[in-house]
Amino acid sequence: MGKLFAVIVAVITVISATIFMTRIWWLPTDISVLGVGIDRQMSETMISAGVLFVVSQLVLALFVWQYGDRGDGRPIKIFPGGAAPMVLFATILVGAEIVVLSLVGTKVWAGIFLSAPDPKALRIDVQAEQFAFYFRYPGRDGKFGTLHPDLIDDGNNNFFGLDPANDTTARDDIVSASLAIPVNQPILLTLHAKDVGHAFYVPELRIQQDFVPGLVIPLHFTATKVVKKEIVCTQLCGLGHYNMRAYMEVMPENQFVQWMEDQAAQQ
Amino acid sequence: MRDTSAQSAAYRRETSEKVALLKHAPPEGFLRKYVFSLDHKVIGKQYLDLALAAVVTGMVLSWLMRFHLAFPNAAVPGLGKLAPNAAAGGIMTPELYLSLMTMHGTLMVFFVLTTAPFAGFGNFVLPIQVGAEDMAFPRFNMMSFWVTFLAFMVLIAAFFVPEGPPLSGWTAYAPLSALGKDAGPGQGTGQTLWAVSIALFCVGQLLGALNFIATTLDLRTKGMTLSRMPFSTWAWFITSVIGLIAFSVLLPACVLLLLDRLAGTSFFIPAGLVVSDKLQPHAGGSPLLWQHLFWFFGHPEVYIAILPGFGIISHILPVFARKPLLGPKVFLACLIAIAFLSYTVWGHHMFLSGMNPLSATLFSVPTLIITIPATIVTLLWIGTLYGARLRFTTAACSVLDSYRCS
Repeated sequence: MGKLFAVIVAVITVISATIFMTRIWWLPTDISVLGVGIDRQMSETMISAGVLFVVSQLVLALFVWQYGDRGDGRPIKIFPGGAAPMVLFATILVGAEIVVLSLVGTKVWAGIFLSAPDPKALRIDVQAEQFAFYFRYPGRDGKFGTLHPDLIDDGNNNFFGLDPANDTTARDDIVSASLAIPVNQPILLTLHAKDVGHAFYVPELRIQQDFVPGLVIPLHFTATKVVKKEIVCTQLCGLGHYNMRAYMEVMPENQFVQWMEDQAAQQ
Repeated sequence: MRDTSAQSAAYRRETSEKVALLKHAPPEGFLRKYVFSLDHKVIGKQYLDLALAAVVTGMVLSWLMRFHLAFPNAAVPGLGKLAPNAAAGGIMTPELYLSLMTMHGTLMVFFVLTTAPFAGFGNFVLPIQVGAEDMAFPRFNMMSFWVTFLAFMVLIAAFFVPEGPPLSGWTAYAPLSALGKDAGPGQGTGQTLWAVSIALFCVGQLLGALNFIATTLDLRTKGMTLSRMPFSTWAWFITSVIGLIAFSVLLPACVLLLLDRLAGTSFFIPAGLVVSDKLQPHAGGSPLLWQHLFWFFGHPEVYIAILPGFGIISHILPVFARKPLLGPKVFLACLIAIAFLSYTVWGHHMFLSGMNPLSATLFSVPTLIITIPATIVTLLWIGTLYGARLRFTTAACSVLDSYRCS
């Protein structure tokens, strides 16, 4: 029985480690500048945790195999050194792993969330609502119009609550249901929610951020490939949450300029 | 030979006075024996029965969810009759799926994972392990079970209100949970019943935690110093200290949520929200406040769920390994370290919540540090196996498998 248990533990360990090492189900291709750091942090964490996992599981399997009662009355032994080697091993090895992962990880995290965006970043205002995302570009004047929640009227396509009649800066704001951005240019999104909590998540960009009602949250990134990817909501927001998505189109510069002109003409 | 020294006579008198205070007369009648019992073993079994009912209900909900994931467009036989609005023709609507998910999570986390290991097994076993006649406060104990039972009934009642159970998840993030029925189906009466149920549950668990602490500190038999207590007793004691602080935060959080929903306050709702085309009449609140309050409870909650298990398996394995646990004092120090650190890490549930990203860095540090005592505990278990003579009974295999999983 003990030997069977030990074999099962060893088999489960090998299978699960293999699944991760062969990366059968892994992250989608990274298309952002800062995503490289995230991927490296992920790999290093998985490798260091994985090594400790495999070692400890195989040691467990070995001990269960070896130390079953064989009816030979052999003397019971205490682990040499008692508890001290365990404390030392955990503190030194796990401690070292923690220090390394923290130092590297803090830099990656700071690069995404604590650093100032590029001053020349293209600013796009994002509104999340039950159950859609809307994106607003500042238009030719480079300024966003003021938002008035009491003027929001989805039926008349005034998703943001703009007041173009009285607010000149709002007149040229471009509102779109999909996020179009130029490739290799810094983008600064400002996220706000109309009703409840939502989230902005593009796995390929390796960024995610909750929308918090009452807050305007900045999020900056640079996309490095021309692709069309899904933006999904990852914060439960009600019955339509499962279906709440938009598309992010990363375009070459000239195509993006053309797109903006087409959108401006339609507003 | 009888010990007749004056000191032990004084001790015997003092103990018999304490026991006389404790002793409740043998119960008579079916209700007193099996329903409204003061006896810790009956109460423990009642908690385990409640957890069993909750786990079966939660399991059925999970079957419904899994069926929908496997066959999204298929009709579930009988569901159309049970839920004519939410599953017309037996085909699950998105709101029903989310309601099932919410209720499954709530039932499992609160009414199974907190009730069974802590209140269920703890009530039954702890007084026996410390040599006490019963818990310190038997009437509080009975009250704590029945308040928990009432909480369970109030939660189940949410299935039967016209709009159905809430759909905001077991974490009930505001403002989705705070705005009321405009936010979605089930967010009216269903969500209110959820909040009332959880508030009652907190009261029940606080009473239970008080009882465990008083029993462990005051009613140990002579000669049982704290360092001689069984590991499972220690684990229940530490769990009850964690629970006392954690549930003390969730209870006011639920009260604030109820005030937002029913009394027009705005603890969790900022100004300017437009829900279902209506501008909401709230201002000044913060959705992040709910998250902080909830996760300040929520992280210690998972340690409340697991620490009794740590204690039980540390208690059981030495029996079947024929040798004592390796490093008993180190083990206890690690449990205490884990309990202390569990209060410093709640922000790791909120890294992307919109709180200051620097806080995320600060919360990461204790989150990583807490792995050290947890690793030591696991290594002590594995080290106990070294040189043992294991007998592979069902109990032993179950414990060994929990070593594998941790």
